Formats: sequence, structure tokens, C-alpha cells
Amino acid sequence: MNKNNYFDAGECDVAVVGAGHAGCEAALACARMGFKTIIFAINLDSVGNMPCNPSIGGTSKGQLVREIDALGGSMGKIADKTTLQSKILNKAKGPAVYSLRAQIDRRRYQEEMKHELELQKNLEVKQGEIIDILTEDGETIPHVTGVVTHTGATYKCKSVILCTGTYLKGRVIIGDVSYSSGPDGLFPANSLSPRLKELGFSLIRFKTGTPARIRREGIDFSQMEIQYGDDVIEPFSAETDKVEIDQMPCYLTHTTAETHEIIRKNIHRSPMFNGSIEGVGPRYCPSIEDKVMRFADKERHQAFVEPMGRNTEEMYLQGMSSSLPEDVQIQFIRSIKGLSDVVIMRPAYAIEYDAIDAQQLKLSLESRIVDNLFFAGQINGSSGYEEAAAQGIVAGINAALKLQGREPMIIDRSEGYTGVLIDDLVTMGTNEPYRMMTSRAEYRLILRHDNAEERLLEKGYKVGLISEERYQKFLKKQENIKNERERLESTYISHPKMINGYLEEKGSTPLKSSASLADLLRRPELMYSDIKEIEKLAGIDNPCEVSKEVGDELEILVKYEGYIKRQEQQINQFRKMEKKILPEDFDYKQINTLSLEAREKLNKIKPASIGQASRISGVSPADITALLVYFKEV
Amino acid sequence: MNNFSDTIAAISTAPGSSGVGIIRISGEDAFTISDKLFCRNKEAFLHICDKYFSDGESGDFPSMNDVSSMNNHEIRHGYIYDFVKNTDEKGKVGVSVDFIDECLLSKMPAPYSYTGENVAEINCHGSFAVLSRVLSAVIKSGARPAEPGEFTKRAFLNGKLDLAKAEAVMDIINSKTEQSRRAAVSQLEGRLSKQIEGIRSSLIGCLSEIDVSIDYPEYEMDGITGDHSMQIMIDAEKSLKRLSETYYRGRLIKEGINLVLSGCPNAGKSSLMNVLSGYNRAIVTDIPGTTRDVIEEFIQIDGISVTVTDTAGLRDTDDIVEKIGVDKAIDRISDAELVIYIADADSLAEKSVLDEHISFLDSGRTIVIINKVDVASKENIDFLKEFFKDFCTVEMSMKTEKGVENLYQIIKDKFSLGEIYNNSENILTNERHKALVDSALNHLDKAKESYEKNMPLDCISYDIWLCAEKLGEITGKSVSEDVVNDIFSRFCVGK
Repeated sequence: MNKNNYFDAGECDVAVVGAGHAGCEAALACARMGFKTIIFAINLDSVGNMPCNPSIGGTSKGQLVREIDALGGSMGKIADKTTLQSKILNKAKGPAVYSLRAQIDRRRYQEEMKHELELQKNLEVKQGEIIDILTEDGETIPHVTGVVTHTGATYKCKSVILCTGTYLKGRVIIGDVSYSSGPDGLFPANSLSPRLKELGFSLIRFKTGTPARIRREGIDFSQMEIQYGDDVIEPFSAETDKVEIDQMPCYLTHTTAETHEIIRKNIHRSPMFNGSIEGVGPRYCPSIEDKVMRFADKERHQAFVEPMGRNTEEMYLQGMSSSLPEDVQIQFIRSIKGLSDVVIMRPAYAIEYDAIDAQQLKLSLESRIVDNLFFAGQINGSSGYEEAAAQGIVAGINAALKLQGREPMIIDRSEGYTGVLIDDLVTMGTNEPYRMMTSRAEYRLILRHDNAEERLLEKGYKVGLISEERYQKFLKKQENIKNERERLESTYISHPKMINGYLEEKGSTPLKSSASLADLLRRPELMYSDIKEIEKLAGIDNPCEVSKEVGDELEILVKYEGYIKRQEQQINQFRKMEKKILPEDFDYKQINTLSLEAREKLNKIKPASIGQASRISGVSPADITALLVYFKEV
Repeated sequence: MNNFSDTIAAISTAPGSSGVGIIRISGEDAFTISDKLFCRNKEAFLHICDKYFSDGESGDFPSMNDVSSMNNHEIRHGYIYDFVKNTDEKGKVGVSVDFIDECLLSKMPAPYSYTGENVAEINCHGSFAVLSRVLSAVIKSGARPAEPGEFTKRAFLNGKLDLAKAEAVMDIINSKTEQSRRAAVSQLEGRLSKQIEGIRSSLIGCLSEIDVSIDYPEYEMDGITGDHSMQIMIDAEKSLKRLSETYYRGRLIKEGINLVLSGCPNAGKSSLMNVLSGYNRAIVTDIPGTTRDVIEEFIQIDGISVTVTDTAGLRDTDDIVEKIGVDKAIDRISDAELVIYIADADSLAEKSVLDEHISFLDSGRTIVIINKVDVASKENIDFLKEFFKDFCTVEMSMKTEKGVENLYQIIKDKFSLGEIYNNSENILTNERHKALVDSALNHLDKAKESYEKNMPLDCISYDIWLCAEKLGEITGKSVSEDVVNDIFSRFCVGK
């Protein structure tokens, strides 16, 4: 587009580019914090789209959704409204890793999210591809002044948040066929990449993929294992009272020897294997051909059949992503147990796209080379709806805080998976699309899904995204937990005989002498609900009534007290290093006691603290000592 | 921050006489300082000196600038000189040139040197007298004596060495003997890192098995059981315990054994000292109480350095000086790794004296020598053997050196020195490493306890994680990245 054709279309405070999961949270946060915001989508029917799996949450991702909720975001609330099935995962594996996952009605989610945007005060929702970011030179680095759509409409603005997902120079690959495209057959965004390069961003090429969608009719569910949700649904959002729905099941089936044979015979036609895909794909999302070739001795692989919505016959085939040609896909899918007569509605495809090197960002997600330009979601090298949304709300909050002249809100690694996610991306960068995993969080005993509010609600309240009412409710809950915990510690069973029968029934050793209720709760086999029963049997008067969620949290706090305490001590150590602040504009070349590699890396990343510096790969403990010596922190 | 602008110097070869010794000078002024004490050609230098003195000694002492004019990384032959004050027969004070030694000087400019600074090294003759004279000339010319380990510290701060290497180098510097040098060198080459990395990677494997089942709960994992994790923990614990136990022996190698000689006055302690050290060091007389203070000698037994302390004879005394000596002796005995108590079989001490002495001694770390068996009666020898029956006893004669070999053997056995000498296993010698290994063991213990108490997986993995992290602090690796990598290389998971 010729710059002469640009025309003045209006102005706003913040322009959000892209209306996926990152863009929606970013725009909502800015608008709710009082800034006039415009959110742009290439197609308004793609707002909050889930081009891959129709589910939200899962291990560590469920925690992210709870964190977004505690900061005042919308993903959790809308997921609760559109749930098809819900489950708590890892119930037997320990409190730190309980995670909520819900199957979502994809179309309903989009509808609800779009409506949420439309109803939001201060927020305009517009269809348009952003092709240019306008900037002006500042004292040291340029700052943004506006954005331009493909029709030349120019919007002046003070801040821009880029949430372009997989649209930048998107290219879809299905076997030998490949074409320029965004996800789900939407238009790609081809003009923004060159502009980002011009501004000095280094672009990387990533690849991701999605499996085929198949038609419900033609699936033989009798050959599959049916998987139901939990009887009682626990909502994502603290603001959702309850979710009462008729849940839809998922199904588990397996590949067969024939499936593997078909894939092996056709592997030469895979663009991943013959080299025509240049983008780096994620290891955690291997295509079925990858699984078959790399794990040759495995006799079968799992495939999950999941509903896409209530008003559709389309089913998602989890575990079977592929970039093999469609004719091969049809063959191997029909060789899967129970799918012999199935019809493919949309073939699996791989998609390549541009992302930036997130090491060019600050922990606030603002870029270090253009002022007031923020980045969130897949453009930063992450993958996943929840990862995107978490970055979105952080970028939105920080864009607004900067316009208010306030300090950025940084969530550190001990405060949330959100903090781990952003710190990993910004400090270490990533060479594949980054998925959140509990293994990445060193403080996961503290980053639980039951305590997201304790960790982050205060922050959300301070920036103005949490209502007074919710905040007061939270304070009340904290008080209840504290009081009830004290009561459990100080209430003793003085006549064990009255309860020993119950203990034996539960497979718990009978009491010989008196014990506190907390002592009993520490026993692995006794739950908080058992304590309630024991109280009744022991004739303990007036036990204060607490909600189920308070009970659940108490159970964790009491049962795992020792572990939690130790982790808290670790966190205190960690915070000491995070509090040693490094200057923002410092040339590390002048510290000649640093190794050359460290000087280079520190100059590239400009860490905010000694703690962050210590996580940069290539910065050794010796370099940290040298930094401490230089800044006289020893 | 330390003052790095000054130039430091030290004798950088081990003390003790050897053929060649090295003086190292490091810092910005290393070359200008060297210019003040080095010349290539004696005659040429003397010539300009004569001129200088005859011209009335105005300005700085003359210099040939033979170091400044050298190429980088060149080695030059020449002489180290010093200007010394002297008084002639008439009592007139003058200055003259004194050539200390012939030497080789090498020039290594920053940053291409060990410390990353300008470094000059003077290779001269190795006698302590020569080395200390050269060093004092260097100090006089403007360098400051280096503190122990300061070269390595500078190398470290200039990014020339990583922490583990710097620590290993410090150990080399501090090591007294050949064998400990070998232990330090092999650590430097990473044998210890390799072993620790092996243990650590088995724990990472264990963590990734736990974590993959947590992060991908919907996927079936073959062969992942708690028992398997437990087995890995038990194996790791075994290896780490073994490693931790080597620290005691490692420390012996590095720091040597502290051996104390004690016994009644004139029982033959000083003679034994002389036998052990091979020459007359202590004053040996027939007058009881000759050794009034403690005397130390370093000897080597199979490459292990042994500090032998000769103490005053243990006896009740009114002599104040000697009394102090006796009190000191008792202190030394309680600190020693090994005590050799010498009993005179020829003239037996009174039973009450022996009773008192035996109360100071700990049979676990004491060898009792029954001395003078060449002249003593069998009755006396048998009495002593019976009296010290809980102790390891050796019959000896200092005069005939009977039993010396036997004594060496017993000392070696006592500290499994033969084992250390022959064994190529890794030995922990560094205190930081030892502390990390112990802390790793502590976490492993907690993880096992969690497992036995039926705690959930995330509680068990918590301590395995910390254990791996502690080991990673030795080898410099981070756990989380390694677990994620391991998960993806071993398990077939994902949509």
C-alpha cells in the first residue's frame, strides 16, 4: 500500500493487533483500566478462535487460567460458560499439580468472547489487517504513534500491543501442497513482518500443527474407551458460582500396526522428513509420523476423540497431528481402531509463521527497541491459548500502567506460572514454540491452582481490574482459612474411643492418646471432610462452617506444611537475588572481569536484576560474582 | 571492589628446593617493573651504570628497557640485578649493582596470560635464597607481594577460569604433595564432574518419568513405577555416599595427616622423629626433658604428607617452661589424626604415670611403640604389651631401626593409604563440593522418606529436584531445562 493512501481514521490510547486469546485479554485489561482501546482482527468471526484443540486448561495451563482470573482477566469466566466437560487432572499425584481441564464448545466460546469485547466500555472492535506501525524518533529509541490497516485507515495511538498469533507470513502445509494462509483458512498477515524487521526486531520462523477433524457419524464408539468428566464441576473463575451442565464424553482409541505401516510407507511424502518445512516445530506436539518414526518400538499410540461443540458433528482427533498429504491421512485415520468408516471434514495441517526473539523484550513485555510497543502470545515464541492469554493480560496491564506513568507489574517466578513463562521467554528465549509445563516451574509446590488468588489477586486489585466486592470476599476467605487453621491446630480429641471406630473404618491407626484435629488431617488417608465427621463423633461443638474451596485449601496447607515451608524458604533466597537491581541502560562491555560471552549476552538481554542475569545461558556463576563485585553487592 | 590497579608478585613454584623456580609478576606495571631489574647483557648494563654513577646519580636508576623491547610471548635470557647500598672501607656509603642470578624472562601481555593481565615470569635457579632475593628486588621495584591465591582470583575475575577450575587450581596451589596435585589435576580435567553428572542424569531421568506423568496425565506411560524411582534413588544414594566418604581421605591427601609423638621424657620420641624424617632435627640427648616445645617436621609416606609433631615428654614437672610444653602436648594429642605413643621398655615408667598417660590416649588413633626392645627385658616388653592390649603395638629399637618398616606399614594401613594410592576413583577434596554432595544426600533421604510415607509424586519429586540441583551446582547445570529435554527425548507424548 502506498503511504499516500493512508487516511486519518481516528485515534485511541492503545491499539491491540490481533483478537486471539492474547489480544482479547490485552484489550480488555487496557479498556477496563480506563484507556480508549481499539482491537483489530483480520476477521471478526475469528475472535477468540481455537484453531487447534477444543479445550482450555490442563497441567500448568489450568494454573495459568486461574492466574489470569486472579488478575481480572476473562478467559476463565468464558470457559466456565462454555464448558462441555470438565475434569481435575492429577488428583493422585499431589496438590501442586492438580489441574483443571475443560473441553470447550469452540463456537460458543468465540461468541461469548466477542460479545464480552463488544460490551466493554472504552473498547472498539474492528475488522482490519494492520500493515504498518507508525513511529517517531525519541531521545534514544523511537516510540509508536499509530497503526495503519490494509485499507489505509490510520489510527493515532500512544501504545501498540502486537498479538499476531500464527498469522505473520502464515504458510499452511499439507503434504506436497502448501500455500500462504493464516490458521483455519483465514487470511495471513504478510505486511507486518518486514516492518518489524525494519524496526530492528529479529524474526524467527516457527511451525506448529493441528490434527484432522472428523465427522461423528461413522465413528464406532463401541470400540473405544469412553471418558467422562468429574461429577461436580469445579469452575476456573472465582466469580463463577457453579457450572451445571449435561457433560459430553470424550473417547480414547489407539493406532494399529496397519496405521504405522501406512505412515512408514509414505514417510518420504512428509514435508517434515523431506525438508520442505523450514520452521522449527515443538517437540511436545509431535506429529503422528514423528511418533511412529522416533518411537519405532511402540506398538500403538493413543488417539482421543473430542467434541468440538454441542451444535456440530465435527470431532477433534487429539494425538494425530500430521503434515502428510491428505490421501495418506485418510488411509491412516481409517486404520485407527473404530474409525474404519470415518469421514475427514478438515485435514490435518502444519502452519509456519514468524515470531520475534522475545529476548528483545523487557519483563513487562514492552520491547527494548521501540517505546510503548508491547508483544504478547505466539509472536513471542509461545504456544497455547492459556500461555497467550496470560501474556496478553500482562502486556495489557503494563501498557496501561505506562500510560498512567506507573511502574510495570512484574510477576516473578515464585508468584505464578505467568512469571515463569515470561521470564523464560525474555531471559532465555526459545528455539521452539514454548509450552508451559510444571517441570519448568522450580517453585511448583507454591504455584498451585487452589491459591492463585493468594498469589496474584492483590496485584489485580492494585491495577484496578479486581472489583472491591471480589477483593473483600477474598480477604474474608483468607481470614476464614486462618481462623479455621488455628482452630484445627488447637482443638484436641480428648476421648479417642469415640472416634477410633471411624478411624479404623478409614484404614487409619486408632488414637491411643489425645491428638489435635490438624494432626489427624496430616494423615494421608484422612480428608477435611473426614475431620468434619470426626468432630461430630467427638461431640465438638459449633465447628465454624467453611466453604468447600476453603476446606480443600486447608487440607493442602496442613497436609503438606513441611514441604510448603521449605519451598517458601527457597523463595526467600530467590527474592534476595531478584532484589539486586541492575541498571537498565548499562554497557556490560566496560566490565572486563566478565567473560566475553557474558558481556555479549548481558548487553543483548539487559537483565533487570542479578537474579535474572543468573538465568541467562552463557552467564556463569563466575560472571555473577564479577557482576556482584562490580556493583559492590558482595 | 579489590584494587586491581596494582601489580603483584610471588614465587609461584612450590617451596622447597628444586632446580628451577619461577617468580610471577602480574598487573599493569609488570613490564615496567621488570625493566628495572632485568638486562640481557651484563657488560652493556654495567657500562651505562658506570656512566650513571660517574654522572652523579641524577634521576632514576638506569635501565636497558630489555623487557619493554621484547616481543609479546617472547622468552629472553638475561640477568636479574639489584642496586644495593654498601659502605666502602672508608665508611663512605655508595650504591652498586649486584647481579642476583641468571634467568629466563617471559613476557605475556594482557589479556593473553594466565591472569588476563600483563604477566612477566622470571625463571631462575630454584634455591629459596635466590628466589627470595629476586622477589625482594621485584617488590623494591614497585610490585606488591601477592596474597595466597591472588593470581587465580584475578584469573577468575578476568574470566580466564570458571569457578570449578579456579577451585581446582586453588587446590593445586594449596596441595602439599604429588598425590594431592594429581587429585586436583584430574578434577580439573573433569573426572569428578563426569561422575557427578552421571549420578545427576539418573536423577533427571527419574524426575522426567514423574513429570511426564504429571504434565501428560492422559497418556499411558510404560514401565514408570514408583519402585523404579526408588531404585534410582537408592543407587544414587550409594554412589553419593561413597563419594562423600572419600572426602575424609581426600582431605588427608590434600592437607596431610597430623601425627603427634608423645611419651615419657627420654622415651625416644625425638629419635623416632629423626628416624622418620631422616636427619637430625630435634636435639637428641640423654637428658630427660630436652624437647621443651613442639617441633614440627613434614615427611611423606607413599605420597601422603604427614606433619609430625614432637611434643615435650609427658611428665609432672615444676619447671614452668616445661610445664607449658606438657600442656601443649596434651592439646596436640587431642587434635591429632594419629598419635604415636612411645613407651620405654628398658626403664619402665611408674604404673601411676602410665595410668595417667593411657587416659589421654584414644586407642582408635594411637599406635604404641614399645621402644628399646634391643636392650629391654622380655618381662618388661610383655608387661607393656599387656598394659596396652587395647592398642596397636609395635616393638622397635630406634638405635637399630628395628621395626621401622613395620611402623610405616601400620600407618599406611591405618589410613588406607595404599588404597588411595592405587585407586583411581574420584576423591572429593573441595569443601564446597563436599557440602553440596552432603546436601544432595540429605534431599535424597527426604525424597525416600516421602516415598515411604506414601506422599504424592510432587512431594517426592520436590526433593529429587533439589538433590539434582545441588549436584548441578558442582557441574554448573540447571535442572528444569534438563528435565524438559529428557521428557521429549524419551517419551512419546503430545497432541
